[in-house]
Amino acid sequence: MTEGAESTQSTGGPESAENGAGTAERPFPDLLSDCVHCGFCLPTCPTYVLWGEEMDSPRGRIHLMGQAEEEGAFTDASVGHFDNCLGCLACVTACPSGVAYDALIETTRARVEEEHERPRAERLIRSAIFSLFPHRRRLELMRGPLRAYQASGLAGPLRSSGVLERVSPSVAAMERMAPPIKGKVPALPERVPAVGRRRAVVGMLTGCVQGAFFPQVNTATARVLASEGCEVVVPKGQGCCGALSSHSGRAEEAARFAERTVRTFEKEGVDAVVVNSAGCGGTMKHYGRVLREAGRPDDLVRRAEALSAKVVDLSEYLVALGPRAERRPLPVKAAYHDACHLSHGQGVTAQPRELLRAIPELEVADLPNPEICCGSAGVYNLLNPEPASDLGARKADDVASTKASLLIAGNPGCSLQIAATMRERGEEIAVAHTVQVLDASIRGLPPSALV
Amino acid sequence: MRDRPIRDRSDESPDDRSTTDPAGTDRGQADRADRADRLSALVPRLKGICGDDGVITDRARRRTYESDGLTYHAEVPGVVVLPTTAEQVAEVLGLCSAEGVPFVPRGAGTGLSAGALPRTDGVLVTTSRMRRVVEVDPDNECAVVQPGVANLDITRAAAPYGYYYAPDPSSQQVCSVGGNIAENSGGAHCLKYGFTVNHVLGLQIATPQGELVRLGGKAPEAPGYDLIGAFIGSEGTLGIATEATVRLVRTPQKVTTLLAAFTGMDAGGEAVSSVVAEGVLPAAVEMMDALSIAAAEAAVACDYPEGAGAVLIVELDGPAADVDADAAMVRRLCERAGAFEIREASGAAERARIWKGRKSAFAAVGRISPAYIVQDGVVPRTALGEVLGDIARLSAESGIRVANVFHAGDGNLHPLVLFDDAEPGAGERAAEVSGAILDLCIRHGGSITGEHGVGVDKACSMPRMFTPEDLETMDLFRRAFDPAGVANPEKLLPTPRLCGEVPGVRKDVHPLVAQGRAEQF
Ligand SMILES: Cc1cc2nc3c(=O)[nH]c(=O)nc-3n(C[C@H](O)[C@H](O)[C@H](O)COP(=O)(O)OP(=O)(O)OC[C@H]3O[C@@H](n4cnc5c(N)ncnc54)[C@H](O)[C@@H]3O)c2cc1C
Ligand code: SF4
Ligand code: SF4
Repeated sequence: MTEGAESTQSTGGPESAENGAGTAERPFPDLLSDCVHCGFCLPTCPTYVLWGEEMDSPRGRIHLMGQAEEEGAFTDASVGHFDNCLGCLACVTACPSGVAYDALIETTRARVEEEHERPRAERLIRSAIFSLFPHRRRLELMRGPLRAYQASGLAGPLRSSGVLERVSPSVAAMERMAPPIKGKVPALPERVPAVGRRRAVVGMLTGCVQGAFFPQVNTATARVLASEGCEVVVPKGQGCCGALSSHSGRAEEAARFAERTVRTFEKEGVDAVVVNSAGCGGTMKHYGRVLREAGRPDDLVRRAEALSAKVVDLSEYLVALGPRAERRPLPVKAAYHDACHLSHGQGVTAQPRELLRAIPELEVADLPNPEICCGSAGVYNLLNPEPASDLGARKADDVASTKASLLIAGNPGCSLQIAATMRERGEEIAVAHTVQVLDASIRGLPPSALV
Repeated sequence: MRDRPIRDRSDESPDDRSTTDPAGTDRGQADRADRADRLSALVPRLKGICGDDGVITDRARRRTYESDGLTYHAEVPGVVVLPTTAEQVAEVLGLCSAEGVPFVPRGAGTGLSAGALPRTDGVLVTTSRMRRVVEVDPDNECAVVQPGVANLDITRAAAPYGYYYAPDPSSQQVCSVGGNIAENSGGAHCLKYGFTVNHVLGLQIATPQGELVRLGGKAPEAPGYDLIGAFIGSEGTLGIATEATVRLVRTPQKVTTLLAAFTGMDAGGEAVSSVVAEGVLPAAVEMMDALSIAAAEAAVACDYPEGAGAVLIVELDGPAADVDADAAMVRRLCERAGAFEIREASGAAERARIWKGRKSAFAAVGRISPAYIVQDGVVPRTALGEVLGDIARLSAESGIRVANVFHAGDGNLHPLVLFDDAEPGAGERAAEVSGAILDLCIRHGGSITGEHGVGVDKACSMPRMFTPEDLETMDLFRRAFDPAGVANPEKLLPTPRLCGEVPGVRKDVHPLVAQGRAEQF
């Protein structure tokens, strides 16, 4: 075990190794019965922190899954509690018994979508969101919210369902918080050559939300990889990786996206597939499960597993590769926020810190309560705005307590959520992806480039 | 969830439990209907007290509360309330007393003796929304907290002042102070610092009749009967703790943790004896056997020395010079007893790594066995070796694996009896072995529980330790607090309905009552 533990430390923590290939074949009731009801997961569960009730804790949700299994049906109440789950996977990290809550909730969500009739208004919200989010082109249109509603043809149903009020603040927040884009960020070429001697050939996922709202993060990623000696392949025709769909129980849709991503990347023959968005990476490391869940044939599942084995978070990859480009001083007081799908989902906590520590004069504080989700959680903040904003407020308090002027995270959604909350209170904070900070340091930019 | 098939109480149908009154006598059909009516009549009034949001009636939701950490016992609560203030708790209890409806207190539900097992005919009063650290008072070296505050959160709140809260059950990140008080919980560091009872200065309690009463306070001593001492360990049978003033301990100047690996348990035991004999008082002395090490490795990759048949964790704290001298001594003694590797940690991170394996051991056993029973018994330290040998023999004879994790310093054993719940009869055989281990403890002059409490699980074992007179005196005491018999009934003390006709349980009135010297309600 020690050897395995050591090696998983860098590739995804003990839990992800455990919950990946190892548990994928085990039947659902078996996975359920791993829970010994010890409650160790309670204090890290954001909804338990908010509400203090059993059915909105991991242990309670697992119990509700057991009930549904026993009774062969979901009650409205239990579906509500599954919907309340942020999918942050803090419970997976906390659980000493190795309960694969990630697999459990994914299966449960898929079953809910299949078997449970949701009220009309809810159905509308969901289909509205999912006709937008996994599609980069439509998202790009959203960058002017009004224009987006009209262009996507959603304005009608959205408005009549009363969803607009719920969607628009978040969209407005996104637009407001997205770092200013001077003109259009030039699209990445399909191949970015390595600077100096080539050390590796890596594929890069551009992602849907990342690509549409944060193209500059992708640009920085490619630049940093190239400076470290990687030839970066950015396959055209890649789309959404399927993470958002998979996290929301849209198993078939997720499988379609996953299949496409597998096909796109496997023919590039790259050494690794580097991902800079925590949520995407977490799902891509479990593509086998995503396809198996949707009933895809074994050979496809195996191909997906082979690709998953190559998927790494950017920070993981850079640490394993070792630095080559010189880091220049960046005198900034920053705080690092652990994105759930990086820390809990992939066990990546040390690497981003190591990368940041290597930047001269950059001061990086940890947040209090680092294990608690900020409430952003993919599309959660659109579907459950209330708990999302309560959690955002808590996180904003923690960030403010560090007195940092720059918030760094490995997932743009988190920074967005936190910064928007802080701005509402009149506390400004600049945000950046880990790779943007690295990029600034390698290029020798002044602190003003970030804060 | 594992053990439910053994004794399923999860059914909401009027089972045997729900047909009996709190005192444990069967009154039949009419009474049962009456009870259900009374409970549903209570709901609007409970909502009036705790708010709509603080009362759970939906069945699926209630069911998530059906058991604590000991899932062997399960029963769906009739209604669950989530009060947010002491006043709400008191009002709820007053209502229960007045209406003759039983209530069960619940904290985080990590108990291992089914003390928080709900009642279908009763109200489950959960403190999980009372999670505020009211005050940290470093000048008086204490903190005031609500009952639902997690044990570790006291230390988190006190740390900036250079203090911490000493009792440290393995479940410390989740278990509530209220639960700790009710169970008189301890942890690895009890050897030097004592149990919860040594760390509570004051309590506010809601009595079963709905009064709010303050016992003790910030002052270190209070005159009169030690009612705090009586309340601690009462397992929810004397009311609900609604606030606690707990002692804070200064963070020691130095902490050194040693991990010594031995090839077998005997050598480890010898090391413990010699440490104690030399007069060293470590903060903690913990031992794990090969099976529990394997479980911890699988769960948290704690990276203990390979090939260890036993590991001993010895933690020393205090002034740096003392700690260094003691550490050198402990090292020597461990080497002499045959330790093949000794690691030393003084940094917080390294120390946490050593402890991680030990602290996750119970829950981690889930990795090596589909189901298990955590036993909790105490033996005099001198009998440790012998009892461990007997346990090994029991295990070999029955073919049931037993993993041992224990507080070696104070003789508190936690044998983990492993079985496969899918195998017919395995649960019963495991329960037998687990019971036999308790007998062993008693036979060696020990106790049937060190820190997990009696609850439902061991209520029927109480007569093994106490005479009928003892038990009845305890019952008298309990009734003084709870004349209506509504506070966590059928926990802690055996009742004929719960345990059958246990030989030796007296059924006639207590001699003191007979003589008119005491009152039985
Ligand atoms: C993995 C694991 C490891 C553990 N390790 C240890 C250990 O090292 N040492 C140890 O001592 N215990 C240990 N325990 C047992 C358990 O954590 C303790 O008994 C703990 O004190 C229970 O707290 P709780 O909040 O979960 O209480 P619950 O389980 O909810 O309740 C326990 C009892 O307390 C009563 N109660 C709860 N709150 C109140 C209140 N406010 N007022 C009055 N009565 C109340 C309940 O009615 C019940 O009888 C462990 C448990 C687990 C699952
Ligand atoms: S995934 Fe997050 S929100 Fe969901 S149960 Fe686990 S800890 Fe709670
Ligand atoms: S999910 Fe894990 S941590 Fe949570 S109650 Fe179950 S076994 Fe314990």
